[in-house]
Amino acid sequence: MTSFLQGPFPVDPNPAVHYLPWIGESVPAGFPSPAADWVEDRVDLNQHLISHPEATFYFTVSGDSMVSHLSERTIPNGATLVVDRAIQAKHNDIVVAAIDGDFTVKRLFQRGKHLALVAENPDYPPIVLGDEQELSVWGVVIAWIVRPK
Amino acid sequence: MIALIDVNNFYVSCQRVFEPKLEGKPMVVLSNNDGCVISRSAEAKALGVKMGAPWHQLREFAKETGLIAYSSNYALYADMSNRVMRVLGMFSPHQEIYSIDECFLGLNGIGGDYTELGQTLKQTVMQWTGLPVCVGIAPTKTLAKLANHIAKKRTGFAGVCEWAKFSPDQQLQIMREIEVGEVWGVGRKISQRLNQQGIYSAADLAQANSEQIRARYSVVLQRTVEELNGHPCIQIEEMQPDKQQILCSRSFGQPIYTEQQLAEAISTYIARAAEKLRMQKSVAASLSIFIRTNPFRPKDPQYSRHVMLPLSQATDDTLKLTQVALWMLARIYQPGFSYAKAGVMLSDLQPNTAIQGHLFLQTADPMKRAELNATMDEINRRWGRGSIHLASAGAHHAWKMKQNSLSPFWTTRWSDLPVVK
Repeated sequence: MTSFLQGPFPVDPNPAVHYLPWIGESVPAGFPSPAADWVEDRVDLNQHLISHPEATFYFTVSGDSMVSHLSERTIPNGATLVVDRAIQAKHNDIVVAAIDGDFTVKRLFQRGKHLALVAENPDYPPIVLGDEQELSVWGVVIAWIVRPK
Repeated sequence: MIALIDVNNFYVSCQRVFEPKLEGKPMVVLSNNDGCVISRSAEAKALGVKMGAPWHQLREFAKETGLIAYSSNYALYADMSNRVMRVLGMFSPHQEIYSIDECFLGLNGIGGDYTELGQTLKQTVMQWTGLPVCVGIAPTKTLAKLANHIAKKRTGFAGVCEWAKFSPDQQLQIMREIEVGEVWGVGRKISQRLNQQGIYSAADLAQANSEQIRARYSVVLQRTVEELNGHPCIQIEEMQPDKQQILCSRSFGQPIYTEQQLAEAISTYIARAAEKLRMQKSVAASLSIFIRTNPFRPKDPQYSRHVMLPLSQATDDTLKLTQVALWMLARIYQPGFSYAKAGVMLSDLQPNTAIQGHLFLQTADPMKRAELNATMDEINRRWGRGSIHLASAGAHHAWKMKQNSLSPFWTTRWSDLPVVK
């Protein structure tokens, strides 16, 4: 059933006030800003880091398999990964891979037919794929974000 | 030449991008309130799960077969849709986004082999977003739809079907095997009428007399006939026309009884609708709300009321619209019923520039109000929907949708990012 309501309509709590429309820009008094001709876009982390926004996703790292005292590429527990799917993964890239349906972040080792996923942490043995296992590289890690506690 | 690209089993495929475990498993995505099946994996289809099947009838079956069900996660689907559309948009300046999971691309002026281009489209979307698509390529939109249908339903096409690769005889043979109801733009009612007239297949329709079709049905169906014969009549609409009305309505997760709870639901829906309104830079000149009980429980006392109010001043202000909607609710609410659904509709939409002269007459400080609304939108965009809302929208939300198997908002909330070990 549709019907039109008749009044009384809700009362506007604010009284009607006439405002003069604001016309044009403010009138400069004194010198124009010397900086006005030099305005540039502020540096933007997204722009700096990300080349394929539609293909870029974030992950949260859990665990210490990429923690290493020996490598510059150490990724602590809790870091945020920036992952680009548009990049073709190559040897030595850090990748997010799906192994048997689980996500893992490791360094990709690729020599000819040999494929392995290597943890930076020496306590973790490299994952060499068995015949039954399926490896699919989900995306290439292009950056990670770590915040000091 | 026109390509129609759509994502296979879109909602299910979105879930699988972030849970590769689900690959190869029978799974479905359910509608609001976990009501019925709205997306099925190939494995679920193979088990005989029908589109639209009510979930409560499938529970036992799911236990026996391992069928997995997810609540719909529209935040995820919207983000993935935007990604797919932008990736496809890189390939052609002529793009019409037709629905959340399909779009037309105009390929004129883009040289080379179309089937090869189709494969490139398909592989790029898969690589960038993880979503599988099928591509149909043909001289008209209607045939592109048909070609897409073939690419999806028949084996041997590797997901890309180019209509021109068939000989005229093959084209006719294929159209003979496709029911007329499957043709783009032919609804169920029209297909019934066509059947009575002896038109059963796409081929029958293509061979029908186009003038007679116009006389008997409509100029729209005549265009379909022309398009099936390869004569383009329907242009690619690159600009999505703004919506003429905005509707926001939901069934409640559980029945509710009080005006207070209805007011919370109505306030929440108004907030969402007004946000959409501001996004498309429109204002609404009329507002309707409705409330109703559950008609599928005939033993319960039934009540349903729908009211519409023309606004003296077109607006996009959440506060103003909420105030009016709650005033309307107070006039239609009847105690003693078990309410199952409510909704709001904003209509008589106009561009917000058209009312600027007026704007200054009404609210005390329209600029501050506009700023307030813009700030609410920004906060909700950044921190997730509903982070900030009017007190009238309540905090407990007993009426909220039932979504028992909702996955995380993997791509739109920092707190919900997928975890990698």
